[in-house]
Amino acid sequence: MAINLMRDKGTPLHRQDFTWRDLVQKPISKLNVDAFTRVRIILMNGIESESLRFSHACARMNKDLQGYLARVRRKEQHQQTLVNWLLPADQSPLETTIGYEQVAIEVTAALAQAEPDPYIAEVLRYGLLEDFDHLYRYAALLDRLQGIDANTITQGYTDIVPGRPTVDEHRDPLDDLREPYDKRKAAPLTKLHAYTILSGEHQTHDYYMHYGPWFADPVARQLYAEIASIEEQHVTQYESIIDPTESWMEKWLLHEANEVYNYYSCLEQEDHPHVKAIWERFLDYELGHLQFAIDVCKQVERRDPAEFLPDTLPAPIAYKSHREYVRQVLRDEVDLRADGTRFVNKQQEPERSRNYRRQMNADGSPSEAVAAGWRWSPGGELIADRGLKQAA
Amino acid sequence: MKSPQSMGMNRSGIDLSTQGAEEMMKAVDEFPPASGGNGMTLSQLRAPYFAEADPVGSIPLPGTLKGAAKSGMQKLLGHHAEVLIDQLAGRLAFERTGTRLYDALIGKFMTRRDEATMLSVDQLQQFRAEEAAHLGLCWDALHQLGADPTAVTPMADTNAVASIGLMQVIADPRMTIAQSLHAIHVAELADNDGWRLLVKLAREMGQDEMAGRLQAALEEEERHLASLRTWMEQIILHEAGAQ
Repeated sequence: MAINLMRDKGTPLHRQDFTWRDLVQKPISKLNVDAFTRVRIILMNGIESESLRFSHACARMNKDLQGYLARVRRKEQHQQTLVNWLLPADQSPLETTIGYEQVAIEVTAALAQAEPDPYIAEVLRYGLLEDFDHLYRYAALLDRLQGIDANTITQGYTDIVPGRPTVDEHRDPLDDLREPYDKRKAAPLTKLHAYTILSGEHQTHDYYMHYGPWFADPVARQLYAEIASIEEQHVTQYESIIDPTESWMEKWLLHEANEVYNYYSCLEQEDHPHVKAIWERFLDYELGHLQFAIDVCKQVERRDPAEFLPDTLPAPIAYKSHREYVRQVLRDEVDLRADGTRFVNKQQEPERSRNYRRQMNADGSPSEAVAAGWRWSPGGELIADRGLKQAA
Repeated sequence: MKSPQSMGMNRSGIDLSTQGAEEMMKAVDEFPPASGGNGMTLSQLRAPYFAEADPVGSIPLPGTLKGAAKSGMQKLLGHHAEVLIDQLAGRLAFERTGTRLYDALIGKFMTRRDEATMLSVDQLQQFRAEEAAHLGLCWDALHQLGADPTAVTPMADTNAVASIGLMQVIADPRMTIAQSLHAIHVAELADNDGWRLLVKLAREMGQDEMAGRLQAALEEEERHLASLRTWMEQIILHEAGAQ
């Protein structure tokens, strides 16, 4: 299915209707659904969340656009509700967290491999190894706190082993900033990647900040505090790769185009019939939003949207296991650290980041404690211990 | 009666991704744990929190001097009256939630009666009414002691936290009548022992008249539990085709 961003009209805004019953549909089955359906739901919630975040920021700075933005934003909010409410009530916040980290690993790996700009690809790989470690730490927490194997969520697609140790990921804020792409020279795919990864990481940060206090266990509260702090670093990293000289209108158009790209990517690979129908419906809604924004761009800003948007979409995000790629990145780049916007070997890491890390870890490291000696095994640590006892 | 359970594509186990599991084990060998130690390391991190924790809250003092001077309270002199108040408030909270659990179960059962033909709405309604009456009993007993029955005591809070999962099961439309009954069964097991303890506590603290009323509630709770045990057995054996 070929999409033309400039010509495809989608569903016009005035025909995008919801009811409360429509917003609250049948949730997916935690037990039966393929892990990538859950991955897509989690990411698309993040994509919609970013659309609201951007729209509000834009409205605060642009009186002339407020009415246009408000009309589209109401639809986006209802879309986000419908998508996020597909997650089932028997999927605990910690199990959903495992899903969030699987998103961060498999989607970042997909983007990094497809990314045409070598520096942006390096930035993505840098973040990838950190989120990869978060999955391992949260999996240890899920096993040691509740006796649940995280692979019941990740379903064998994603390795559960240490990445760049979370304890080493804490950096000085100046070492989280990266160089932006050049809006005039960057490939459209680079821009879509940047907006996608920023959306996912921002939602991940917000999710951990929301659910950290939900836990009674002090170790869980500390681990969520620690990893939420890294996700905030990641938001800083990923928002800085976006060219800050893009105009508000340009950014709005790119947000809408990115939503089209993401729903299109979901639709192309979804097997779950009910969820697939939702992706199809919302792809049409987003094409409607894009057309609406294109009209605003022409009428209010008197600019040609073709200056900012490609006609066609790149190949969809590859929703599949990227196990071999991730392992190779881990072997090659686990010891990289950041010096400002550059990546260096850990021996060259600036003193400011070392000092900051020393301070934050002064009372101990929750991510080290939770996974002390822990290794993934089918069914969890208690089953592995039983096997050891039987062997003895 | 047909079984609402079915065999299907459950993807949570490793049998559906044996290759994935094998690869994961290879990864564990190549990238071993970064830090030494074991699960006990977590205990060390928790220990200072356990040592320094504040309580979740306190048991409220009687709201009025008049209340504190009531006859029931006088008999408690020399005992820790707050323990009885806390336990009564805990039962009050549990009965209130228990009544809502039955409300939720009855609502589900009204449209899914074919899943459990041995159940009757009348009997569920009766149990629900008795749970509601029991909360009134606790409310009155707290008043009699001069305590404020609207306050959330630590035991009431404990019961509210412990009940969260039970309501999650019954309120979820995907959970069957049998699965919902399981949640009620868990509630009734805890409820039964809770009432037993409360009767004993009231007697030991010289509240014989109160204990008599609590004993009557306990007997109704025992009937609930006996019925739940029977229903659970019947429904599971029937689903299994064993009856």
